[in-house]
Parts: sequence; structure tokens; C-alpha cells
Amino acid sequence: MADLDSSDLMQPYETPPAGHVSGSRLERVLRSGKFAVTAELNPPDSADPADVFDAARPLGEVADAINATDASGANCHMSSIGICSLLSRAGYGPVYQISCRDRNRIAIQGDVLGAAAMGVRNVLCLTGDGVGVGDQPGAKPVFDFDSLSLLRTIKTMRDDGVFLSGRKIKRPPLLFLGAAENPCIPPYDWRPERLAKKIEAGAEFIQTNYIYDIPLFEKFMMRVRDLGLDKRVFILAGVGPLASAKAARWMRSNVPGIHIPDDVIKRMEGAEKPGEEGKRLCVELIQQVRAIQGVAGVHVMAYRREHLVSEIVQESGVLAGRRPVGLRRRQRAGA
Amino acid sequence: MYRARLFAVRHAGVFERLYQSVERVMVALDPLFERIGYGRVERPVAIVEKVVKDLLFDCKMCGQCVLSSTGMSCPMNCPKELRNGPCGGVRPGGFCEVKPDMLCVWCEAWDGATRMQNGSQINEVLPPVDRSLAGSSSWLRASREKATAKRDADAARQALASAFPEARANEPVAAPLADEPDRRQPFK
Repeated sequence: MADLDSSDLMQPYETPPAGHVSGSRLERVLRSGKFAVTAELNPPDSADPADVFDAARPLGEVADAINATDASGANCHMSSIGICSLLSRAGYGPVYQISCRDRNRIAIQGDVLGAAAMGVRNVLCLTGDGVGVGDQPGAKPVFDFDSLSLLRTIKTMRDDGVFLSGRKIKRPPLLFLGAAENPCIPPYDWRPERLAKKIEAGAEFIQTNYIYDIPLFEKFMMRVRDLGLDKRVFILAGVGPLASAKAARWMRSNVPGIHIPDDVIKRMEGAEKPGEEGKRLCVELIQQVRAIQGVAGVHVMAYRREHLVSEIVQESGVLAGRRPVGLRRRQRAGA
Repeated sequence: MYRARLFAVRHAGVFERLYQSVERVMVALDPLFERIGYGRVERPVAIVEKVVKDLLFDCKMCGQCVLSSTGMSCPMNCPKELRNGPCGGVRPGGFCEVKPDMLCVWCEAWDGATRMQNGSQINEVLPPVDRSLAGSSSWLRASREKATAKRDADAARQALASAFPEARANEPVAAPLADEPDRRQPFK
């Protein structure tokens, strides 16, 4: 029998460095002004931890944090909290994605404490896609919170040490709070204002949806800078490699919130090796968003192309020779 | 009615003023409601409110009306019932992700807000809906909240109200403090 007080089981909740809200390594990278890289893990349809670790390995080579999706696209997979628990145990710094679609305020506030206790230090608060696009369209959509009331609630739990009911939390969850933004879909004019509202609600970092339309994103960022928002939040631009023109078209018409301009699809169509072209395009996108003032990092979402993430990030040169902090180094383990 | 709803957004400025007048009347009537008993006036007022707001805004009677902070576009018509802006799935042309034939409630809301005097209230973060208030009169709640701000507030509700201070200031029904007339025992 394992001793329940042994240091293997009881991980100390370390005090965050001065000026930080959490002990998150992603927060440390962003606050130090380095260009951060995060990557999305494809959640397994399996109960085997090895499947999670296999999916995480290629991402850990280049990412400062790994996002565990919460039934994205309303498709059922291993839960985000389960993946986060496995990843943090293995020394990775996961981003716990919470969607408002499937759970009510009682479940979510409890899960936030559970996740923090298991070593999670980053959360990403999302509305969630409608149930209709997923594999079980007959499910009951919950949407008790929306992404902003969820942000404010977790911020209240962290900073004031209470649930929304007012009940005290003995040890508040010290979490680095994230939210999403989608600059490339309507209402274009209001997206920056909505970003400002998310910051008001508590967002400290932003991971955007896929950016394939650089001019549109530049326009968004210009307004973001005018409002001074880039100084108040870390913006990580979402990118990903396309597999083919056909896949791009399918994504555009079937996955909510994805905007891919026609000239990108034309470029994919004209390519001899579409897979290679998709990879090259992704590298170029990373370099282009890197050059935009106010962008603090990239978030790579390479659905079913996770094996390419390492090469893509290396080729883009954004790590500038530094070692990513996604996986805690062995010699520092336990420190 | 969908068309009336769109009309309300196109004329959000007019409806805002109309709404302010209704609220002033309701607040002025607080002493009277207090004497008759809020519990007793609840049903008749809720019935009138439902008829009027259903016609104009496709009201869902959430009991926590925040139209003044949402460009006079009712957020409960959003299939995800979002209270703080559009989701990331809005279709080209500003159509809803879930109901592709309907214009996004929140694209409409931002549009309506530009026509309103206090349109900037749309930037303030609203708390989640208290589902236990569904079906009750928001108008009565609004007047009770304004009156209660000066009286003793329900201590059990302070956490939510202080977590969402902007909502408490602008849309007191969204972060209520007043005792509910039909809820003799304050919730824990």
C-alpha cells in the first residue's frame, strides 16, 4: 500500500513568483517576453494512458504548454480533465480547456478545484460548439455559463477565494486564465471589443481560432493595439497545417468558426504534394503572425497531423534556439 | 416574432427610452407593490410582461431581463443562451452557427447598442442566469432591486453581485440582492 503522505502523491502547491498569478510555466515564458508556442493534443478514443502520452510526445518537443480539448466540435473523446491529470503527472504543463456546453456551474467549479489539485495551472474558457455538429446531436446542450461568466467565476474563485455562492474555498486554485477569440468571423468590427470584454472578465492569455487570412488578422490586431489590449493580455495566434484542398473545403463548411480564404484553397489545389504545401503554408503563417506587433505566441492545432508539429515549429524558427518548457526537465523534477 | 425582434433592434434607441419610462413607473410604484405584497402582484404583472415582451422581443421569461445591456436584442434567443457576446461560430453574413437561417442575436445586439444612449453597457460582464427565476416578472424584480439597494440586501447573494459589479450597477436584475417574495427561506 502506498503511503498517502508520500511526496509522490502529495504535490505541494507552490507559491507563484512575484507578479505572477499562477505557477504556470506558460505564464513564466509569456511574462518574460519570449515568443510562446502551445499545441493542441488530439484526444484519444481510448482508456489507455499510453495513448495520451504517445500523442503528447511530439508536441512536448516544441511546446511550452499542451492544450487538452474538451470534446471539441461536440465530439466525444477522453475528457480534458483526465488528459490534464495524466499530462501533469508526467511533467507536462497542460492547458485545461473548459467548454460551457456540457456541464453546469456546479460541475465546472468543482472540476476547476480538482484540476488545480492535480497540478493544472492553465485553463482556457470556451463557449463550446453547438451539440448539433458533433457525433451525438441529440445531447442536451447545457450552456449554464458562457465563456465570460466562466472566466469571471474562476477569477473570483482564485482571487477572492469563494465560489459564486459565497462559500469559502480553503485553498484557492491558482490558475493562469485563458480565453479564445476568433478574429476572422463576423461581427468583425466588434471582435476587438469582445476581446476587451474578455480581459475585463479575467482573461490573461488568448488563443485564437485558426488564422488563414493574414490581412484580416492584421486589421484585427491594429484595432487591438489601438485599444491597448496587447499590453493587457498575451495573444497567441492559432495556426495549423492543412492536409489538402478537399480537407480545407470540408473544414470550412462543416467546422463552426473556420474561415479559409479562397486563395489559400487555390494554393493547396495547385500543389503537387498537398501535404508538403500545407506544412509550408503553416510555417509561413507562423512567421507572418510572428511579425505582427502584439502577437505573443502561436497556438498550433494540427488535427491528425500532430507528427508535423515539431518540424513546423523548428522550421519557423520562432523558438530562436531556446528549449520549450512544455515538459519539465528531469533534473528539475521535484524542484 | 422574428421580424418584430429585428424591428426592435433597428429602433433600439426608441425602445431604450420606452423601457426607461416603464422602469421609472415601476420604481415609483414600489411602495404600492410593497403594501399589496410583491407576491400578490407577481402573477398579473408577469402575464402582461410575457405578452408584451413575447411580441416585441421573443421574450423567454428568464426573469432577469438585460435588454438595455444587449442592444434590445434578447440574448435568450441565442441557442447557446450566451449573455456576453457572440460565440466563435458565427457564419459568414452574421448568421447563427446553430440556426443558420437566423441572424446572430449578438451581431444584432452590437448593432442595436450603437443606436442606444447607454449602448456601451454591452461591454460589461454579465453573470450566469439564475434559472430558478424563470417565468417570474423581471419588471417587478427591477423595481424591487432599485428599492432594495437602499435597504438590507440578502447576504447570501453578495458573492455573485460583487463578482459582477458592473452588472450589479447597470442591470441589477442580473445580479440581484433583494429577497424573492416567493422564497421565504433565503438560499444557502
